[in-house]
Amino acid sequence: MKRTIPLFLTAIGGFVLIIAYYIPHTQGWGEVAAIWFDILAAIAFLLGGGNLMKIHLKKISDHKAGWAYSVITIIAFLATLTAGLGKVFSPPSMQYPDMAWSGSYREIGSAFWWLFEYAFKPLTATMFSMLAFYVASAAFRAFRAKNFEAILLLGTAFIILLGRTAAANWVTGWLPESWAGLKLENVTVTIMQVFNTAGNRAIMIGIALGVAATSLKVLLGVDRSYLGGGKG
Amino acid sequence: MKKETLIWTIVMLLGAVVLVLNATLRQHGPAGSAYVEAVPQRFVDVSDPGEIEPYWISYDSEEALDYEICAQPFADIPAEKREDWIRYDQATLGKYLEEEAINPARNPYQFSLSRTIGIWIAAFFTLFIFSFLYKDNPFYKIAESCVVGVTAAYWMVVGFWDVIVPNLLGKLFPEWVKLWAIPGLEEPPNYWYAVPLVLGILLLMRLSPKGAWISRWPLAFVIGTTAGMRLTGFLHADFLSQIRNTVIPVIVFDPTNGSFDWWASLSNIIIVVGVLSALVYFFFSIEHKGVVGKTAKLGIWFLMVTFGAAFGYTVMGRIALFAIRLEFLFDDWLWLIDPIQRRVPIEEVALLWSSLSAGFI
Amino acid sequence: MFEFFQKLDRRWIFLAMFLAVAIPIIIQLDFEETPTDLAHRVFDAIENLPDGSRVLLSFDFDPASEGELKPMATSFVYHCAAKNHKMYIMALWPVGPQMADDTIENVIKEDFPHMQYGHNYVNLGYKSGYEGVIKVIVTNFTELYSTDTRGTPWNAIPMCTGVESVQDMDLVINISAGYAGTKEWVQYAVTAYPDQIRMVAGCTGVQAPLLYPYIPHQLEGLLGAIKGAAEYEALVVEKYKLEDDPKYHEGIRRMGPQLVAHLLMIFLIILGNVIFFIEKKRGGRR
Repeated sequence: MKRTIPLFLTAIGGFVLIIAYYIPHTQGWGEVAAIWFDILAAIAFLLGGGNLMKIHLKKISDHKAGWAYSVITIIAFLATLTAGLGKVFSPPSMQYPDMAWSGSYREIGSAFWWLFEYAFKPLTATMFSMLAFYVASAAFRAFRAKNFEAILLLGTAFIILLGRTAAANWVTGWLPESWAGLKLENVTVTIMQVFNTAGNRAIMIGIALGVAATSLKVLLGVDRSYLGGGKG
Repeated sequence: MKKETLIWTIVMLLGAVVLVLNATLRQHGPAGSAYVEAVPQRFVDVSDPGEIEPYWISYDSEEALDYEICAQPFADIPAEKREDWIRYDQATLGKYLEEEAINPARNPYQFSLSRTIGIWIAAFFTLFIFSFLYKDNPFYKIAESCVVGVTAAYWMVVGFWDVIVPNLLGKLFPEWVKLWAIPGLEEPPNYWYAVPLVLGILLLMRLSPKGAWISRWPLAFVIGTTAGMRLTGFLHADFLSQIRNTVIPVIVFDPTNGSFDWWASLSNIIIVVGVLSALVYFFFSIEHKGVVGKTAKLGIWFLMVTFGAAFGYTVMGRIALFAIRLEFLFDDWLWLIDPIQRRVPIEEVALLWSSLSAGFI
Repeated sequence: MFEFFQKLDRRWIFLAMFLAVAIPIIIQLDFEETPTDLAHRVFDAIENLPDGSRVLLSFDFDPASEGELKPMATSFVYHCAAKNHKMYIMALWPVGPQMADDTIENVIKEDFPHMQYGHNYVNLGYKSGYEGVIKVIVTNFTELYSTDTRGTPWNAIPMCTGVESVQDMDLVINISAGYAGTKEWVQYAVTAYPDQIRMVAGCTGVQAPLLYPYIPHQLEGLLGAIKGAAEYEALVVEKYKLEDDPKYHEGIRRMGPQLVAHLLMIFLIILGNVIFFIEKKRGGRR
């Protein structure tokens, strides 16, 4: 039963959506399956939060290396959770001013908004912005014009980097209008709309076939790795 | 003291001195200050005594003119019939100064301590994370721990208020949800939603060591529906439609004058050849020798151009993400620039420089 | 000198990158933009809709991509508001509604104060499920969005009466930072209902090259990365005479640091290669 029921649920969820795609009368079934899926996705957020607590509390209780940082994680987690779930400093909605919890949890000025604006936003945005530095370092260390293929890659990158800025005009702005096709900004457009389109389309077709094959294997119960225990 | 520690101590001290100077030598309060506009929100229940449901309107709206109860001063309305609070909208130093010059006694704009503290915290968080570029350190680790905690809680809160309350609890128990969360909800209960509720509870069993096996049931449903959606989605949009998009004329005539359009023809030929040759490269069932090998080689060249373009665009994206963080530091925090003219930067910076050059330090 | 570059500490590269972006920001270096074809297509798709059309804006991004996508969001909302289109704002990313709130505050409330919530624009908020959400709303909005983000029931929102699904929208505008985003909108909305759903998008640099195969049949126009944002901004600024409002020049402004940083990247790649070839000539380890 531990395996049969999950396999049955997988097949039901998947085939309902496939059937709904081809038979308009069954469209409602597809909607129901997709809505249940959407709700489970939200419950997965709760699971994520619960898991985080579990891991960090364990780290603290075991006094593992760096457990103090786990304390910070938990404080940040609980503070944000309280501010958001409790709608702290969120005014009520304008239609129902007598109901304390009728307003939005992220109303400007609320505690949750403050945490978003001054903690979530700078922290996550700065984390991602660091990639600018690492991509520069990688460019210096890893990109070597060792062969023709590598030269093609680097050459294209140079054209894109120049062609998508004002530098394009400095480099090829002097070309007469009859040679406009060779201006860097236009070469960039050609690369993107012709060569890049062709390459990415081939990759896209390959991936689509891969996804379709994997999906079928899952739905037909050939691939059961998601149930754990190897091939099953 | 190690040489490196000494250098860093000096750099930090210098930074602190510059920060203090930047904050104190400003004409209009410390850099990194935030301003808000206080907007009073006043509401009156205009429903008749016999009505069960209250009907609230804004005391300051045009609609209020139609009701007798709103003719009296707000403070005189019975307490159970009125609600008020103050909303603090984002404002700028520029607007604050403008109003201060005209009517200082009734200036709706004011300095906000909580938001100013927020800007400084945000700035230090930004610097803590950037400090990792030098080397791993406790400040970075503190910021990193906060990212994890805040992000997980953020997602939970959003999932709860935006999905679980309206789309699960609101469907199953609308009357109850109406009482505390969504007063406007007018729907009959739909007991089919008990299924995702049960599946959701089973999913949460994953947190318990003994119940982990049963969490595979909802997981199986999620994987099944994902597979079902993707099978049709990818086959239609990324397989069939891409083949259709590649079936294009290789000889193109200009529709306006009927002449041969060599550029469009060449572009289309390159697209067709590019797609086919790259697909040959991906086809590993035949050995890449002879014509197949040469075609596959051409395919590799197309793919290299594609990867080069992807690299160029990725670099472009990463730099933009960094630029906005620096703009935050220079604009909101340090007030060194003012690209959207929220303050009076030229005079401010000029004052700072003149103070410095006049030998204040 | 050669030895220095050969063993260059990456922190020098980091410092160079910092200066390449910081200096142009401080001196406020910017350039004139010449919009390319794709930006024109995006602009025309919105501009050519009759005034007051229904437009669905999906804010599928978070602060991590704000540098690239916020200028696009600002221009899209301004353009739609200037055309008096009805804006239905939603999000497939949890942080999306908050990004939408920011844009509504900065654009609609400041520059179009006459626009009324529920009549001219509505924030429908976030729903979890990624493509699962698209899959539902392409045929049925109300089952998932029974209320807006303020808790107002769908039927009580004046601009929502008569709207059954995404197919009732005249245009979908997607601002996308990844999964779920433009690709999923194309797969589950536009491709499935090609005659009913039209779409334009603005996306990050990482995604842009991957979306070109969809143009023009499945995706009418695309703004890729900050350059796409700047080009579209230039068109909106020109059409609506916003030359004096720096709020609508964010993308254009960001092209200054972009240029210097790109030149630095090219310099670094060339430098790395020069070192590589000298080493090779000398019979070095590599």
